[in-house]
Amino acid sequence: MKMGPFAVKKLTTQIAVAVMGASMAFGVIAAGTLKPSEEDITKYLRPAAVPQPADNMMTPERIELGKFLFFDPRLSGSNFISCATCHNPSMGWSDGQPTAIGHGMGQLARSSPTILNTAYQSLMMWDGRFRSLEEQALGPIEDGGEMAQPMHELIPEIKAIPKYVQMFEAAYPGEGVSKEGIGKAIASFERSIVATDSGFDRWLKGVDTAMSDPAKRGFEIFKGKANCVACHSGFNFSDNGFHNIGLPDSKDDGRYRVKKVAVLKGAFKTPTLRDVALTAPYMHNGQYSTLADVVAHYNRGGDKNPGHLSPNMKPLNLSKAEQQDLVEFLKALTGDPLALTFPQLPVN
Amino acid sequence: MLNTKTVVAGLVVAMFSVAAGAAEVVVAQNSKSFKKDGAKIEKLSIKAGDSISFKNEDPFFHNIFSLSDLKTFDLGSYPAGESKSVKFDKPGVAEIECAIHPDMLLEVTVK
Ligand code: HEC
Ligand code: HEC
Ligand SMILES: [Cu+2]
Repeated sequence: MKMGPFAVKKLTTQIAVAVMGASMAFGVIAAGTLKPSEEDITKYLRPAAVPQPADNMMTPERIELGKFLFFDPRLSGSNFISCATCHNPSMGWSDGQPTAIGHGMGQLARSSPTILNTAYQSLMMWDGRFRSLEEQALGPIEDGGEMAQPMHELIPEIKAIPKYVQMFEAAYPGEGVSKEGIGKAIASFERSIVATDSGFDRWLKGVDTAMSDPAKRGFEIFKGKANCVACHSGFNFSDNGFHNIGLPDSKDDGRYRVKKVAVLKGAFKTPTLRDVALTAPYMHNGQYSTLADVVAHYNRGGDKNPGHLSPNMKPLNLSKAEQQDLVEFLKALTGDPLALTFPQLPVN
Repeated sequence: MLNTKTVVAGLVVAMFSVAAGAAEVVVAQNSKSFKKDGAKIEKLSIKAGDSISFKNEDPFFHNIFSLSDLKTFDLGSYPAGESKSVKFDKPGVAEIECAIHPDMLLEVTVK
Protein backbone atom coordinates (compact mmCIF):
# COMPACT_ATOMS: atom_id res chain seq x y z
CA MET A 1 0.00 0.00 0.00
CA LYS A 2 2.77 2.40 0.87
CA MET A 3 4.15 2.17 -2.64
CA GLY A 4 0.81 3.16 -4.17
CA PRO A 5 0.75 6.94 -4.02
CA PHE A 6 4.48 7.14 -4.61
CA ALA A 7 4.27 5.08 -7.78
CA VAL A 8 1.35 7.15 -9.00
CA LYS A 9 3.24 10.35 -8.36
CA LYS A 10 6.22 9.10 -10.30
CA LEU A 11 4.01 8.07 -13.16
CA THR A 12 2.33 11.48 -13.22
CA THR A 13 5.72 13.14 -13.44
CA GLN A 14 6.68 10.93 -16.33
CA ILE A 15 3.47 11.73 -18.14
CA ALA A 16 3.93 15.43 -17.45
CA VAL A 17 7.43 15.32 -18.85
CA ALA A 18 6.21 13.39 -21.88
CA VAL A 19 3.37 15.81 -22.48
CA MET A 20 5.67 18.77 -22.09
CA GLY A 21 8.05 17.24 -24.57
CA ALA A 22 5.26 16.56 -27.01
CA SER A 23 3.79 20.04 -26.76
CA MET A 24 7.23 21.57 -27.21
CA ALA A 25 7.83 19.39 -30.24
CA PHE A 26 4.51 20.31 -31.80
CA GLY A 27 4.77 23.94 -30.75
CA VAL A 28 1.60 23.83 -28.67
CA ILE A 29 1.84 27.00 -26.64
CA ALA A 30 -1.80 27.95 -26.21
CA ALA A 31 -1.70 27.49 -22.44
CA GLY A 32 1.68 29.15 -22.14
CA THR A 33 0.04 32.35 -23.32
CA LEU A 34 -2.25 32.35 -20.29
CA LYS A 35 0.05 34.13 -17.87
CA PRO A 36 -1.20 36.09 -14.86
CA SER A 37 -1.50 39.79 -15.62
CA GLU A 38 -0.14 42.49 -13.29
CA GLU A 39 -3.76 43.12 -12.29
CA ASP A 40 -4.30 39.43 -11.43
CA ILE A 41 -1.22 39.48 -9.22
CA THR A 42 -2.27 42.55 -7.24
CA LYS A 43 -5.86 41.36 -6.94
CA TYR A 44 -5.35 37.72 -6.01
CA LEU A 45 -2.00 37.32 -4.25
CA ARG A 46 -2.58 36.26 -0.66
CA PRO A 47 -1.63 38.87 1.96
CA ALA A 48 1.19 37.93 4.33
CA ALA A 49 -0.65 38.85 7.53
CA VAL A 50 -4.14 38.50 8.97
CA PRO A 51 -6.05 41.40 10.53
CA GLN A 52 -6.21 41.19 14.35
CA PRO A 53 -8.26 43.18 16.84
CA ALA A 54 -6.20 45.46 19.11
CA ASP A 55 -7.69 43.90 22.26
CA ASN A 56 -6.85 40.34 21.21
CA MET A 57 -3.56 40.30 19.36
CA MET A 58 -2.37 36.80 18.51
CA THR A 59 0.27 35.24 20.76
CA PRO A 60 1.51 31.62 20.71
CA GLU A 61 -0.11 31.07 24.14
CA ARG A 62 -3.51 32.32 22.95
CA ILE A 63 -3.42 30.28 19.75
CA GLU A 64 -2.42 27.16 21.71
CA LEU A 65 -5.20 27.59 24.28
CA GLY A 66 -7.70 28.23 21.51
CA LYS A 67 -6.60 25.07 19.73
CA PHE A 68 -7.12 22.99 22.90
CA LEU A 69 -10.60 24.45 23.38
CA PHE A 70 -11.49 23.99 19.71
CA PHE A 71 -10.74 20.27 19.87
CA ASP A 72 -12.10 19.63 23.37
CA PRO A 73 -15.53 17.91 23.38
CA ARG A 74 -15.94 18.84 27.05
CA LEU A 75 -17.01 22.25 25.77
CA SER A 76 -20.36 20.60 24.96
CA GLY A 77 -23.17 19.55 27.27
CA SER A 78 -22.77 15.93 26.18
CA ASN A 79 -18.93 16.11 26.48
CA PHE A 80 -19.09 14.52 23.06
CA ILE A 81 -19.13 17.34 20.51
CA SER A 82 -16.25 19.73 19.89
CA CYS A 83 -15.98 22.57 17.43
CA ALA A 84 -13.91 20.14 15.36
CA THR A 85 -16.82 17.71 15.15
CA CYS A 86 -18.45 20.03 12.63
CA HIS A 87 -15.32 21.94 11.61
CA ASN A 88 -13.09 18.93 11.03
CA PRO A 89 -9.57 19.79 9.80
CA SER A 90 -9.43 16.50 7.91
CA MET A 91 -12.48 17.54 5.90
CA GLY A 92 -11.55 21.08 4.93
CA TRP A 93 -12.71 22.32 8.39
CA SER A 94 -16.26 21.25 7.55
CA ASP A 95 -18.10 17.96 8.10
CA GLY A 96 -19.14 16.48 4.77
CA GLN A 97 -22.80 16.68 5.80
CA PRO A 98 -25.46 18.56 3.78
CA THR A 99 -26.45 20.29 7.02
CA ALA A 100 -24.75 19.94 10.40
CA ILE A 101 -25.55 17.27 12.99
CA GLY A 102 -25.61 18.69 16.52
CA HIS A 103 -26.58 17.87 20.09
CA GLY A 104 -28.44 14.56 20.41
CA MET A 105 -27.75 13.83 16.72
CA GLY A 106 -30.27 16.52 15.81
CA GLN A 107 -30.00 17.88 12.28
CA LEU A 108 -29.47 21.63 11.98
CA ALA A 109 -30.95 23.80 9.25
CA ARG A 110 -27.67 24.94 7.71
CA SER A 111 -24.40 23.43 6.57
CA SER A 112 -21.15 23.85 8.50
CA PRO A 113 -18.96 26.37 6.68
CA THR A 114 -15.18 26.08 6.72
CA ILE A 115 -13.36 28.19 9.31
CA LEU A 116 -10.46 28.67 6.87
CA ASN A 117 -9.72 32.37 6.28
CA THR A 118 -12.53 33.51 8.58
CA ALA A 119 -9.88 35.96 9.85
CA TYR A 120 -10.55 38.02 6.72
CA GLN A 121 -14.34 38.08 7.12
CA SER A 122 -16.14 41.07 8.57
CA LEU A 123 -19.35 39.20 9.45
CA MET A 124 -19.73 35.57 10.53
CA MET A 125 -22.36 32.92 9.66
CA TRP A 126 -24.35 32.39 6.48
CA ASP A 127 -26.53 35.34 7.52
CA GLY A 128 -23.74 37.46 9.00
CA ARG A 129 -25.36 37.73 12.42
CA PHE A 130 -22.07 37.82 14.37
CA ARG A 131 -19.64 40.70 14.06
CA SER A 132 -16.44 38.96 15.17
CA LEU A 133 -14.85 35.57 15.69
CA GLU A 134 -14.73 36.33 19.43
CA GLU A 135 -18.50 36.81 19.54
CA GLN A 136 -19.16 33.86 17.22
CA ALA A 137 -17.14 31.33 19.23
CA LEU A 138 -19.45 31.60 22.23
CA GLY A 139 -22.56 31.04 20.09
CA PRO A 140 -22.32 27.30 19.36
CA ILE A 141 -21.25 26.38 22.89
CA GLU A 142 -24.48 27.58 24.47
CA ASP A 143 -26.72 26.90 21.46
CA GLY A 144 -29.12 24.10 22.41
CA GLY A 145 -28.96 22.54 18.94
CA GLU A 146 -25.18 22.62 18.63
CA MET A 147 -23.15 22.00 21.80
CA ALA A 148 -25.81 22.70 24.46
CA GLN A 149 -23.42 23.71 27.23
CA PRO A 150 -24.51 26.58 29.52
CA MET A 151 -21.54 28.86 30.30
CA HIS A 152 -22.16 28.78 34.08
CA GLU A 153 -21.54 25.02 33.97
CA LEU A 154 -18.62 25.16 31.57
CA ILE A 155 -16.48 27.68 33.50
CA PRO A 156 -16.24 25.55 36.70
CA GLU A 157 -15.59 22.45 34.57
CA ILE A 158 -12.59 24.12 32.94
CA LYS A 159 -11.41 25.63 36.25
CA ALA A 160 -11.24 22.11 37.68
CA ILE A 161 -8.56 21.16 35.14
CA PRO A 162 -5.22 22.61 36.41
CA LYS A 163 -3.55 22.56 33.00
CA TYR A 164 -6.30 24.78 31.58
CA VAL A 165 -5.99 27.21 34.50
CA GLN A 166 -2.27 27.52 33.71
CA MET A 167 -2.95 27.97 30.01
CA PHE A 168 -5.51 30.72 30.62
CA GLU A 169 -3.02 32.48 32.91
CA ALA A 170 -0.32 32.28 30.23
CA ALA A 171 -2.67 33.51 27.50
CA TYR A 172 -4.62 36.19 29.38
CA PRO A 173 -2.66 36.96 32.57
CA GLY A 174 -4.78 37.96 35.56
CA GLU A 175 -8.10 37.37 33.80
CA GLY A 176 -8.76 33.87 35.12
CA VAL A 177 -10.93 31.39 33.25
CA SER A 178 -13.69 33.52 31.75
CA LYS A 179 -16.30 33.44 29.04
CA GLU A 180 -14.51 36.30 27.25
CA GLY A 181 -11.22 34.42 27.48
CA ILE A 182 -12.76 31.34 25.89
CA GLY A 183 -14.10 33.40 22.98
CA LYS A 184 -10.85 35.29 22.53
CA ALA A 185 -8.62 32.20 22.64
CA ILE A 186 -10.73 30.27 20.14
CA ALA A 187 -10.80 33.34 17.86
CA SER A 188 -6.98 33.56 18.04
CA PHE A 189 -6.68 29.93 16.99
CA GLU A 190 -9.14 30.43 14.13
CA ARG A 191 -7.15 33.44 12.87
CA SER A 192 -4.16 31.11 12.55
CA ILE A 193 -6.11 28.86 10.17
CA VAL A 194 -5.39 30.57 6.88
CA ALA A 195 -5.20 29.21 3.36
CA THR A 196 -1.87 27.79 2.23
CA ASP A 197 -0.37 28.06 -1.26
CA SER A 198 -2.46 26.40 -3.95
CA GLY A 199 -1.62 25.69 -7.56
CA PHE A 200 -3.29 29.00 -8.39
CA ASP A 201 -1.02 30.91 -5.96
CA ARG A 202 2.10 29.28 -7.37
CA TRP A 203 0.96 30.11 -10.89
CA LEU A 204 0.45 33.75 -9.82
CA LYS A 205 4.01 33.71 -8.49
CA GLY A 206 5.30 32.65 -11.88
CA VAL A 207 5.35 28.83 -11.89
CA ASP A 208 3.60 28.29 -15.19
CA THR A 209 3.11 24.55 -14.70
CA ALA A 210 1.48 24.95 -11.28
CA MET A 211 -1.96 25.17 -12.90
CA SER A 212 -3.27 22.90 -15.64
CA ASP A 213 -4.37 24.35 -18.97
CA PRO A 214 -8.07 23.72 -18.24
CA ALA A 215 -7.68 25.50 -14.88
CA LYS A 216 -6.02 28.49 -16.55
CA ARG A 217 -8.85 28.69 -19.06
CA GLY A 218 -11.27 28.30 -16.16
CA PHE A 219 -9.77 31.34 -14.45
CA GLU A 220 -10.41 33.42 -17.58
CA ILE A 221 -14.05 32.24 -17.60
CA PHE A 222 -14.33 32.92 -13.86
CA LYS A 223 -13.28 36.56 -14.41
CA GLY A 224 -14.92 37.02 -17.79
CA LYS A 225 -17.84 35.20 -19.38
CA ALA A 226 -19.18 33.75 -16.11
CA ASN A 227 -18.48 36.92 -14.06
CA CYS A 228 -18.10 34.93 -10.84
CA VAL A 229 -15.92 37.82 -9.64
CA ALA A 230 -19.00 40.03 -9.29
CA CYS A 231 -19.30 38.29 -5.90
CA HIS A 232 -16.29 35.96 -5.41
CA SER A 233 -13.74 38.78 -5.61
CA GLY A 234 -10.19 39.22 -4.35
CA PHE A 235 -7.68 36.76 -2.89
CA ASN A 236 -10.30 35.22 -0.59
CA PHE A 237 -12.82 34.94 -3.43
CA SER A 238 -15.50 36.70 -1.41
CA ASP A 239 -16.93 40.22 -1.38
CA ASN A 240 -18.06 39.64 2.22
CA GLY A 241 -21.49 40.42 0.81
CA PHE A 242 -24.96 38.84 0.74
CA HIS A 243 -26.74 37.63 -2.37
CA ASN A 244 -29.72 35.54 -3.36
CA ILE A 245 -28.32 33.17 -5.98
CA GLY A 246 -31.57 31.31 -6.63
CA LEU A 247 -31.52 28.28 -4.37
CA PRO A 248 -35.04 26.94 -3.89
CA ASP A 249 -35.10 27.11 -0.08
CA SER A 250 -38.41 28.43 1.18
CA LYS A 251 -37.74 27.85 4.88
CA ASP A 252 -34.65 30.03 5.29
CA ASP A 253 -34.81 33.79 4.71
CA GLY A 254 -31.05 34.13 5.25
CA ARG A 255 -29.76 37.66 5.79
CA TYR A 256 -33.34 39.05 5.84
CA ARG A 257 -33.61 37.70 9.40
CA VAL A 258 -30.90 40.16 10.42
CA LYS A 259 -31.76 43.13 8.18
CA LYS A 260 -35.29 43.60 6.91
CA VAL A 261 -34.42 44.85 3.45
CA ALA A 262 -36.28 43.29 0.51
CA VAL A 263 -33.16 42.38 -1.48
CA LEU A 264 -31.93 40.24 1.42
CA LYS A 265 -34.75 37.67 1.31
CA GLY A 266 -33.00 34.40 0.60
CA ALA A 267 -29.60 36.14 0.50
CA PHE A 268 -26.61 34.41 2.09
CA LYS A 269 -22.99 35.35 2.58
CA THR A 270 -20.61 34.79 -0.32
CA PRO A 271 -18.34 32.00 0.94
CA THR A 272 -14.61 31.83 0.25
CA LEU A 273 -13.71 29.46 -2.57
CA ARG A 274 -10.30 28.56 -1.17
CA ASP A 275 -10.09 24.80 -0.54
CA VAL A 276 -13.66 24.56 -1.85
CA ALA A 277 -12.94 21.16 -3.47
CA LEU A 278 -12.56 19.78 0.08
CA THR A 279 -15.87 20.97 1.52
CA ALA A 280 -18.69 19.27 -0.41
CA PRO A 281 -21.68 19.30 -0.19
CA TYR A 282 -22.17 22.93 -1.16
CA MET A 283 -24.35 25.95 -0.29
CA HIS A 284 -26.01 26.93 3.02
CA ASN A 285 -28.40 24.01 2.70
CA GLY A 286 -25.89 21.55 1.26
CA GLN A 287 -28.04 20.92 -1.78
CA TYR A 288 -25.23 20.25 -4.28
CA SER A 289 -22.81 17.38 -3.88
CA THR A 290 -20.28 18.31 -6.58
CA LEU A 291 -18.65 21.41 -7.99
CA ALA A 292 -20.01 20.41 -11.41
CA ASP A 293 -23.55 20.67 -9.94
CA VAL A 294 -22.71 24.13 -8.61
CA VAL A 295 -21.39 25.31 -11.96
CA ALA A 296 -24.48 23.90 -13.70
CA HIS A 297 -26.61 25.92 -11.25
CA TYR A 298 -24.87 29.14 -12.24
CA ASN A 299 -24.96 28.20 -15.91
CA ARG A 300 -28.75 28.09 -15.87
CA GLY A 301 -28.87 31.38 -13.94
CA GLY A 302 -30.06 29.83 -10.69
CA ASP A 303 -33.52 28.56 -9.83
CA LYS A 304 -36.71 30.22 -8.65
CA ASN A 305 -37.13 30.95 -4.96
CA PRO A 306 -39.41 33.18 -2.89
CA GLY A 307 -36.87 36.02 -2.64
CA HIS A 308 -35.32 38.40 -5.15
CA LEU A 309 -32.75 36.75 -7.36
CA SER A 310 -29.56 38.83 -7.52
CA PRO A 311 -29.47 40.82 -10.77
CA ASN A 312 -25.94 39.45 -11.19
CA MET A 313 -27.45 36.01 -11.78
CA LYS A 314 -28.36 35.18 -15.36
CA PRO A 315 -27.92 32.23 -17.71
CA LEU A 316 -24.27 32.03 -18.77
CA ASN A 317 -24.44 29.88 -21.92
CA LEU A 318 -21.22 28.07 -21.06
CA SER A 319 -20.36 25.04 -23.13
CA LYS A 320 -19.76 21.69 -21.43
CA ALA A 321 -16.01 22.19 -21.90
CA GLU A 322 -16.15 25.68 -20.38
CA GLN A 323 -18.05 24.35 -17.37
CA GLN A 324 -15.40 21.68 -16.90
CA ASP A 325 -12.64 24.29 -17.13
CA LEU A 326 -14.38 26.31 -14.41
CA VAL A 327 -14.49 23.24 -12.16
CA GLU A 328 -10.77 22.62 -12.79
CA PHE A 329 -10.06 26.20 -11.76
CA LEU A 330 -12.03 25.77 -8.51
CA LYS A 331 -10.00 22.63 -7.79
CA ALA A 332 -6.77 24.57 -8.37
CA LEU A 333 -7.67 26.68 -5.31
CA THR A 334 -6.91 23.76 -2.97
CA GLY A 335 -3.92 24.64 -0.81
CA ASP A 336 -1.20 22.36 0.52
CA PRO A 337 -2.25 20.36 3.59
CA LEU A 338 -1.89 22.49 6.71
CA ALA A 339 0.94 21.56 9.06
CA LEU A 340 -1.00 21.16 12.28
CA THR A 341 -0.18 19.30 15.47
CA PHE A 342 -3.18 18.01 17.34
CA PRO A 343 -3.44 18.92 21.01
CA GLN A 344 -3.11 16.27 23.66
CA LEU A 345 -5.98 17.32 25.88
CA PRO A 346 -5.50 17.32 29.65
CA VAL A 347 -7.53 14.48 31.17
CA ASN A 348 -8.23 16.15 34.49
CA MET B 1 -56.27 75.32 -13.94
CA LEU B 2 -52.65 76.39 -13.93
CA ASN B 3 -51.92 79.56 -15.77
CA THR B 4 -48.53 80.59 -17.04
CA LYS B 5 -48.10 83.04 -14.20
CA THR B 6 -48.36 80.40 -11.46
CA VAL B 7 -46.01 78.10 -13.34
CA VAL B 8 -43.47 80.87 -13.68
CA ALA B 9 -43.95 81.82 -10.05
CA GLY B 10 -43.43 78.18 -9.08
CA LEU B 11 -40.27 77.98 -11.13
CA VAL B 12 -38.97 81.17 -9.58
CA VAL B 13 -39.65 79.74 -6.11
CA ALA B 14 -37.95 76.48 -7.05
CA MET B 15 -34.92 78.31 -8.40
CA PHE B 16 -34.83 80.52 -5.34
CA SER B 17 -34.84 77.58 -2.99
CA VAL B 18 -31.95 76.02 -4.92
CA ALA B 19 -30.12 79.30 -4.69
CA ALA B 20 -30.93 79.45 -0.97
CA GLY B 21 -28.87 76.26 -0.54
CA ALA B 22 -31.01 73.13 -1.03
CA ALA B 23 -28.20 71.26 -2.69
CA GLU B 24 -27.87 67.84 -4.23
CA VAL B 25 -24.73 66.09 -3.05
CA VAL B 26 -23.46 63.28 -5.26
CA VAL B 27 -22.19 60.25 -3.34
CA ALA B 28 -20.74 57.51 -5.52
CA GLN B 29 -20.62 53.79 -4.81
CA ASN B 30 -17.17 52.94 -6.07
CA SER B 31 -14.96 49.93 -5.21
CA LYS B 32 -17.43 48.96 -2.50
CA SER B 33 -17.00 52.34 -0.75
CA PHE B 34 -18.97 55.54 -0.51
CA LYS B 35 -17.02 58.28 -2.31
CA LYS B 36 -17.42 62.02 -2.67
CA ASP B 37 -15.35 63.83 -5.30
CA GLY B 38 -13.30 60.66 -5.71
CA ALA B 39 -12.35 60.26 -2.04
CA LYS B 40 -13.70 57.61 0.32
CA ILE B 41 -16.04 59.01 3.00
CA GLU B 42 -17.59 57.48 6.11
CA LYS B 43 -19.29 60.64 7.36
CA LEU B 44 -21.13 63.39 5.55
CA SER B 45 -22.74 66.59 6.77
CA ILE B 46 -25.61 68.22 4.87
CA LYS B 47 -28.33 70.80 5.52
CA ALA B 48 -32.00 70.05 6.04
CA GLY B 49 -33.68 70.09 2.63
CA ASP B 50 -30.59 68.82 0.81
CA SER B 51 -30.66 65.62 -1.23
CA ILE B 52 -28.06 62.95 -1.71
CA SER B 53 -27.81 61.34 -5.11
CA PHE B 54 -26.42 57.82 -4.80
CA LYS B 55 -24.57 56.96 -7.99
CA ASN B 56 -23.42 53.40 -8.70
CA GLU B 57 -19.99 53.44 -10.34
CA ASP B 58 -19.16 49.74 -9.78
CA PRO B 59 -19.60 46.98 -12.38
CA PHE B 60 -21.95 45.18 -9.97
CA PHE B 61 -25.08 46.04 -8.01
CA HIS B 62 -25.48 47.95 -4.75
CA ASN B 63 -28.61 48.37 -2.65
CA ILE B 64 -28.53 51.51 -0.54
CA PHE B 65 -30.93 51.68 2.39
CA SER B 66 -31.43 53.19 5.82
CA LEU B 67 -33.51 51.95 8.73
CA SER B 68 -32.68 55.06 10.79
CA ASP B 69 -35.40 56.84 12.75
CA LEU B 70 -34.57 60.02 10.87
CA LYS B 71 -35.19 58.53 7.43
CA THR B 72 -36.17 55.05 6.34
CA PHE B 73 -35.70 54.16 2.70
CA ASP B 74 -34.66 51.32 0.41
CA LEU B 75 -33.39 52.33 -3.03
CA GLY B 76 -33.33 48.75 -4.33
CA SER B 77 -30.60 47.41 -6.62
CA TYR B 78 -29.47 49.32 -9.68
CA PRO B 79 -26.54 48.91 -12.06
CA ALA B 80 -23.48 50.97 -12.92
CA GLY B 81 -24.17 54.47 -14.19
CA GLU B 82 -27.57 54.86 -12.52
CA SER B 83 -28.39 57.21 -9.63
CA LYS B 84 -31.20 57.55 -7.14
CA SER B 85 -31.77 60.55 -4.95
CA VAL B 86 -33.01 60.88 -1.36
CA LYS B 87 -34.11 64.14 0.25
CA PHE B 88 -33.39 64.78 3.93
CA ASP B 89 -35.96 67.22 5.37
CA LYS B 90 -35.33 67.04 9.09
CA PRO B 91 -32.16 67.54 11.14
CA GLY B 92 -30.64 64.49 12.80
CA VAL B 93 -28.34 61.58 12.04
CA ALA B 94 -28.99 58.75 9.59
CA GLU B 95 -26.93 55.58 9.25
CA ILE B 96 -26.84 54.60 5.59
CA GLU B 97 -25.85 51.13 4.50
CA CYS B 98 -25.57 48.88 1.47
CA ALA B 99 -27.61 45.70 1.96
CA ILE B 100 -25.37 43.67 -0.32
CA HIS B 101 -22.03 44.89 1.08
CA PRO B 102 -22.33 45.37 4.85
CA ASP B 103 -18.88 47.00 5.08
CA MET B 104 -20.27 50.02 3.24
CA LEU B 105 -21.44 52.47 5.90
CA LEU B 106 -22.12 56.20 5.74
CA GLU B 107 -23.18 58.38 8.64
CA VAL B 108 -25.13 61.38 7.40
CA THR B 109 -25.61 64.33 9.76
CA VAL B 110 -28.42 66.64 8.70
CA LYS B 111 -28.12 70.14 10.22
C1 HEC C 1 -23.10 20.97 15.43
C2 HEC C 1 -22.14 21.43 14.47
C3 HEC C 1 -21.30 22.63 14.87
C4 HEC C 1 -20.52 22.79 15.97
C5 HEC C 1 -20.34 21.83 17.13
C6 HEC C 1 -19.86 24.06 15.83
N1 HEC C 1 -20.23 24.65 14.65
FE1 HEC C 1 -19.50 26.35 13.88
N2 HEC C 1 -20.92 26.33 12.49
C7 HEC C 1 -21.84 25.32 12.28
C8 HEC C 1 -22.85 25.76 11.36
C9 HEC C 1 -24.04 24.94 10.89
C10 HEC C 1 -22.54 27.09 11.02
C11 HEC C 1 -23.34 28.02 10.14
C12 HEC C 1 -24.56 28.45 10.93
C13 HEC C 1 -25.35 29.59 10.36
O1 HEC C 1 -24.90 30.23 9.41
O2 HEC C 1 -26.42 29.89 10.90
C14 HEC C 1 -21.30 27.41 11.74
C15 HEC C 1 -20.61 28.61 11.60
C16 HEC C 1 -19.38 28.85 12.20
C17 HEC C 1 -18.51 29.95 11.91
C18 HEC C 1 -18.76 31.04 10.87
C19 HEC C 1 -18.03 30.77 9.61
C20 HEC C 1 -18.37 31.73 8.51
O3 HEC C 1 -17.81 31.59 7.43
O4 HEC C 1 -19.18 32.63 8.72
C21 HEC C 1 -17.41 29.85 12.72
C22 HEC C 1 -16.23 30.78 12.78
C23 HEC C 1 -17.62 28.69 13.54
N3 HEC C 1 -18.81 28.09 13.18
C24 HEC C 1 -16.78 28.29 14.56
C25 HEC C 1 -17.16 27.34 15.50
C26 HEC C 1 -16.51 27.17 16.79
C27 HEC C 1 -15.35 27.99 17.30
C28 HEC C 1 -17.15 26.15 17.42
C29 HEC C 1 -16.90 25.59 18.82
C30 HEC C 1 -17.01 26.55 19.90
C31 HEC C 1 -18.18 25.68 16.51
N4 HEC C 1 -18.17 26.45 15.37
C32 HEC C 1 -19.00 24.59 16.75
C33 HEC C 1 -21.78 24.08 12.87
C34 HEC C 1 -21.13 23.82 14.05
C1 HEC D 1 -24.47 37.12 -7.21
C2 HEC D 1 -23.28 36.75 -6.48
C3 HEC D 1 -22.57 35.48 -6.90
C4 HEC D 1 -22.11 35.12 -8.15
C5 HEC D 1 -22.21 35.92 -9.43
C6 HEC D 1 -21.48 33.84 -8.00
N1 HEC D 1 -21.57 33.41 -6.70
FE1 HEC D 1 -20.94 31.62 -6.00
N2 HEC D 1 -21.87 32.01 -4.24
C7 HEC D 1 -22.50 33.19 -3.90
C8 HEC D 1 -23.21 33.01 -2.66
C9 HEC D 1 -24.01 34.09 -1.94
C10 HEC D 1 -23.03 31.67 -2.28
C11 HEC D 1 -23.67 30.97 -1.06
C12 HEC D 1 -25.13 30.80 -1.40
C13 HEC D 1 -25.95 30.02 -0.41
O1 HEC D 1 -25.45 29.05 0.18
O2 HEC D 1 -27.13 30.38 -0.25
C14 HEC D 1 -22.16 31.07 -3.28
C15 HEC D 1 -21.71 29.76 -3.25
C16 HEC D 1 -20.80 29.23 -4.14
C17 HEC D 1 -20.17 27.94 -4.01
C18 HEC D 1 -20.37 26.97 -2.86
C19 HEC D 1 -19.36 27.22 -1.79
C20 HEC D 1 -19.62 26.46 -0.52
O3 HEC D 1 -18.69 26.43 0.31
O4 HEC D 1 -20.72 25.95 -0.30
C21 HEC D 1 -19.34 27.78 -5.09
C22 HEC D 1 -18.45 26.60 -5.38
C23 HEC D 1 -19.49 28.97 -5.92
N3 HEC D 1 -20.38 29.82 -5.31
C24 HEC D 1 -18.84 29.18 -7.13
C25 HEC D 1 -19.21 30.19 -8.01
C26 HEC D 1 -18.82 30.22 -9.40
C27 HEC D 1 -17.93 29.21 -10.09
C28 HEC D 1 -19.42 31.32 -9.94
C29 HEC D 1 -19.41 31.77 -11.39
C30 HEC D 1 -20.00 30.83 -12.31
C31 HEC D 1 -20.16 31.98 -8.89
N4 HEC D 1 -20.01 31.26 -7.73
C32 HEC D 1 -20.89 33.15 -9.05
C33 HEC D 1 -22.49 34.34 -4.65
C34 HEC D 1 -22.22 34.39 -6.00
CU1 LIG E 1 -22.87 47.58 -2.12
